[in-house]
Amino acid sequence: MTAVDERPAPAVAPPPRRPNRLLTLLRNSWRQLTSMRTALVLLFLWAVAAIPGSVWPQRPVSPERVTQYFQEHPDLAPKLDSLGAFDVYSSAWFAAIYLLLFTSLVGCVAPRLRDHIRALRTVPPDAPRRMDRLPQHAEAEEHADAPAEAAQAAAKALRAERFRTKVREHADGSWTVSAEKGFLKETGNLLFHAAMLTVLLGVGFGYWYGWHGNRILVEGRDEAFCNSVTQYDESSLGPRVQPSDLPFFCLRLNDFAATYQDSGQAKSFAAKVELQTKQDGPWEPEEFSVNSPLRLSQGNIYPLGHGYAMVLRYTDRYGASQTKVVPFLPRDGMFTSEGVAQFPDVNIDPKTNKRDVKLQVGFEGVFLPTVDPDGGATSIFPAENDPVLFLTAYRGDLGVEVGLPQSVYSLNQGQIDNGQLKKISGDRPQRLTPGQTMTLDDGTKLEFVGTREFATIAVRYDPAQPYVLGGAVVGLLGLMLSLSGHRRRMWFRIRPRGESGSLVEAGGLPRSDYPGFTDEFGRLVGAARGPEEGTP
Amino acid sequence: MAELSNQLMGITVLAYLLAMVFYAAEYAFGARSHIGRAASRPARQLVGAGAPADDAPIAPYEPEAEPAGDEPVAEAPGRDRGELVGKIAVGLTWLAFVLHLGTTVTRGIAADRMPWGNMYEYILTVGLVGSAVWLGVLTRWPGIRHLGLFATLALTVLLGADGLIAYTPVGPLVPALNSYWFIIHVSSIILASGILLIGGVPAAMFLIRTGYDQGKRRFPYSLGAKVPAAASLERLTFRLHAFGFPLFTFGALIAGPLWAEASWGRYWGWDPKEVWAFISFVVYAAYLHARATPSVKRTTATWIALLGFVTMLMNLFGVNLFFTGLHSYANAGGM
Repeated sequence: MTAVDERPAPAVAPPPRRPNRLLTLLRNSWRQLTSMRTALVLLFLWAVAAIPGSVWPQRPVSPERVTQYFQEHPDLAPKLDSLGAFDVYSSAWFAAIYLLLFTSLVGCVAPRLRDHIRALRTVPPDAPRRMDRLPQHAEAEEHADAPAEAAQAAAKALRAERFRTKVREHADGSWTVSAEKGFLKETGNLLFHAAMLTVLLGVGFGYWYGWHGNRILVEGRDEAFCNSVTQYDESSLGPRVQPSDLPFFCLRLNDFAATYQDSGQAKSFAAKVELQTKQDGPWEPEEFSVNSPLRLSQGNIYPLGHGYAMVLRYTDRYGASQTKVVPFLPRDGMFTSEGVAQFPDVNIDPKTNKRDVKLQVGFEGVFLPTVDPDGGATSIFPAENDPVLFLTAYRGDLGVEVGLPQSVYSLNQGQIDNGQLKKISGDRPQRLTPGQTMTLDDGTKLEFVGTREFATIAVRYDPAQPYVLGGAVVGLLGLMLSLSGHRRRMWFRIRPRGESGSLVEAGGLPRSDYPGFTDEFGRLVGAARGPEEGTP
Repeated sequence: MAELSNQLMGITVLAYLLAMVFYAAEYAFGARSHIGRAASRPARQLVGAGAPADDAPIAPYEPEAEPAGDEPVAEAPGRDRGELVGKIAVGLTWLAFVLHLGTTVTRGIAADRMPWGNMYEYILTVGLVGSAVWLGVLTRWPGIRHLGLFATLALTVLLGADGLIAYTPVGPLVPALNSYWFIIHVSSIILASGILLIGGVPAAMFLIRTGYDQGKRRFPYSLGAKVPAAASLERLTFRLHAFGFPLFTFGALIAGPLWAEASWGRYWGWDPKEVWAFISFVVYAAYLHARATPSVKRTTATWIALLGFVTMLMNLFGVNLFFTGLHSYANAGGM
């Protein structure tokens, strides 16, 4: 962004005709938008606009906390929602701020780029006539060499300091040496702003062409999943991605291993998986863990969390049995886990082959990987040292046919409330250890076969990531350049003196606030005058 | 070793506190100390400091030009109680820094890793960096010594709050922190935070001094009588920020996202800590823009730097205390 003040005043030209008022308005608005003051205001607005995103839960980050907020603040939440408070970073007003800011940035950087290229291609201007008016000035001093040689010596000294140098001979026999240095500052400045644009575009492209999905993956070959939208618990595709664009791969979890400190704090996680990347292709063993995701050509697989899935076998009144593997969601750091197992298709009379919804069964459970010997309600260690499952059984219409989406981690509370789903296991939950069986009032049985571990995984693809990283790195380099250098000009005027000698006068002009220039000027003048006459 | 670290922590805070008391004493009694000479010329007449006439000419905007050669003059025996008190204060700050270093190192040895695994250790190390930067600045430009009152005040409060609010017993890292990015990301952020926070000290002093120069005399502008020239403070503010800002950019906006990508699957996800890092970045960027613009007054620019200071504090304490997010490593368990 530029400083309006630094721009050269527009050349005074006679107005040929009455200015178009619309054009004037547009031009003034553009000038206003690209001014530094506006840019600063927009920067502030941007910072302020980001704050709500840390105050209120955000849908893309934690949708469950948004739902919770709606439950806790039924009046306030819808109002906030209409303002976009739960999705700040995709809201129209947030976008408006950064689009304006980046427009302002372009409008400011583009002319500066033009000016900078022009400056890079121009030779340093000739020395001003009155060098004593410059901020730095060294009085004319005698030099033993002729003007031509003295000028070359000064130019050499300046070039050694990487100044862009131009030597001119004048008609009156005098020579001038002009030199300029410090273009890297502006180059870095422009580079930084261009890099910011790259980052913004990269983020945009990543959003358009990227996708991600989350799901629970339970151990076992029978629990394999293949990459498609329907197989994810939660997924989101960019606006330019079709479900059919997702690359093919299938994944199964062979073993999930977690280790813990004595305190119960996690020490390490590792998932051993098998991956199939071609239809009917071979299954390749792979591994991933926290901080080392499984990287595929299109998309990476990250572990987000883990937990235990219950293996439950229900044997109905006709002797038919069904086994379900149901993940229980951990509720605390010690993996006290909750979940339900629903058996809607049981107790089907083999003679009529008709299903009776009143005979559906469901189980609500709490799993403690290490039960508290003192009878506490929560687990005391995350690993399975003494696993116990507490189950409550229900029979009746589970309400799963209504077609409404509902949680797979809880029973339909409406059905329990309206009496269609009845508790049949008494007041206290049944306590089961792996291998134990509970018998219900109608003689049907539920066996707690055991547990399997599961991993919550995220699969993510963002094609623009390398550009964003590249932009950020270039931006940092540009930033460091723009904060370090100083642009400054040096001039020497060498006039003939006597038969063979000359008089050397010097001047210097720092183009920015640069207190170290005095020292540098003295040093350069000393170097240009040669070692023997060098009196800085 | 953990016990030793805790004891050292207590002594460290006391040492900073003691240093602060001595700085304050110098402030109160050392009106005729050479501080007055470090202040700019018009102020010198105002405070009536006994500047020797052969004082080397001082470029009004150049801290480097306050030569260390001042010292012998200032050390003239019996000239000023404040001088001695100030020297003691600096010595105490060094002592506190060494103790602080000891606290951090023993903590690291006790945990058998870099001591940046939770908020307590993180702030402990940020404070250490701030202290080191302050002592570095002080060694280079001794004329700003009395700013030590504010530096030690900030350090005492920071460490005191850290020990009281954020204390966590020694423990191993959660798996998510078990990565080489841990060292890169956290060390750069710690360094940058320390430098930027210390940068807030000359920023505040500049504003006080400017107000004082404009004739304001009520508190806090009354403090302006004894601080260096406004231009040197302003320049120091800029230097610290120009150094800290790229470092912060690297730590928060490059190393952080690189690690987040490997750990959480996305390089940026508007986690509360990320939000506030972004806010700090934008505010400090605004400061640098404002300072580079001639039409914006230096006081306005410096106010923006102070705003950045507030957002950094929010980043260090507020985010961890008020919001829950992925950067909440204070509680064990989970991934």
